[in-house]
Amino acid sequence: MQQDIAGTTIFDGAQAQKGLALNRMCFSFNNAENRAAFLKDEDAYCRKYGLSDEQRAAVKSRSVLNMIEAGGNVYYLAKLAGIFGLNVQDIGAQQTGMSVEAFKSKLLSAGA
Amino acid sequence: MATIVGGIGTTHVPSIGKAIAEGRQSDPYWKPFFRGFDYVHDWLARTEPDVAVVFYNDHGLNFFLDKLPTFAIGASGEYRSEDEGWGIPVSRPVPGDADLSWHLINTLVADEFDVTMCQDMLIDHAVTIPMALMWPSAASSDRPWPVKIVPVEINTVQHPLPSMARCLKLGRSIGRALETYPRDLRVAVVGTGGLSHQLDGTRAGFVNKDFDALCLDKIVAEPEALARYSIHELVELSGSQGVEFLNWMAMRGALTGRVSELNRNYHIPVSNTAAATVVYDNQAAVERKAA
Repeated sequence: MQQDIAGTTIFDGAQAQKGLALNRMCFSFNNAENRAAFLKDEDAYCRKYGLSDEQRAAVKSRSVLNMIEAGGNVYYLAKLAGIFGLNVQDIGAQQTGMSVEAFKSKLLSAGA
Repeated sequence: MATIVGGIGTTHVPSIGKAIAEGRQSDPYWKPFFRGFDYVHDWLARTEPDVAVVFYNDHGLNFFLDKLPTFAIGASGEYRSEDEGWGIPVSRPVPGDADLSWHLINTLVADEFDVTMCQDMLIDHAVTIPMALMWPSAASSDRPWPVKIVPVEINTVQHPLPSMARCLKLGRSIGRALETYPRDLRVAVVGTGGLSHQLDGTRAGFVNKDFDALCLDKIVAEPEALARYSIHELVELSGSQGVEFLNWMAMRGALTGRVSELNRNYHIPVSNTAAATVVYDNQAAVERKAA
């Protein structure tokens, strides 16, 4: 049995199965019209993609960690985050409970 | 016969596309990264490759998780990109060398690499950003590209991922296929992505300078030493998305001659990523007899 890696969810078959509907919805956000439709009526859009209650609540909460828990894959979640103008540094800060400035500084100091 | 002139490794972080679009290459944040390409540009001008074989991973543009190949090869005369949903500009199409693609496909399958063949394939930022970094003037103009590409896509997203050893072998098989290609082509091989980074979870922002240095040291002359790392170990040491190093292993495998490092640039951070830019020379192990 492999040791879990702290703070890390391996996106494996179990996660892939769990997250299919959520990731499929996020995949649709490659299209600008779909992004607009989501913003216009989020409930209807999530219903159309058959999100589970857990996934719907996670999207509603805007919590990336909750969305990962619900099977979301970060590359797909990044497309959802993009709708709100958030980049991977913003979502990195959110997941680690840091301010965006502190998160960026941490990365800068890792390179120093 | 085709000649493998060498290899290039580069990150492909989407925000680089934004920095290029906004002309921020000389900003203090970006300069240490972009200046790593000065050498790449000189080397490309010197070696003049006709084709680039680009090992990369798709991030949900051409492939979705419902039908996801482990290895896929483009076999098209042109590769378009499209909106990826995170606000980077869509790049211009890149020409492909479909004849070479089919030669690679034929030899790979004969070599027991049962690849997915893609006559239509969208290329995402993991190809378009390296193209813009390597050939900036072609990427930003209407002038013809100086190269054609063969994109080789490796699943680094949905586990189980192919092993480090398997990707090295894939590259070797492609290297041998290139060497038997009857046309007089000059070929560069490119591995994109990495190095250490993690976007997801409470470990987001993880980078590992020491492990990256070890990878960059070993990949030149001892890639077999890296091939011993399991995917689980790779995730632990280089982060969830650091596994893009698989693309580098394949690139290294395709360098079938005597390999040496000509240039290395390593910089933290580009967005959430430890970014490396390398150029490898590839000298054919045995000089070919004059025709």
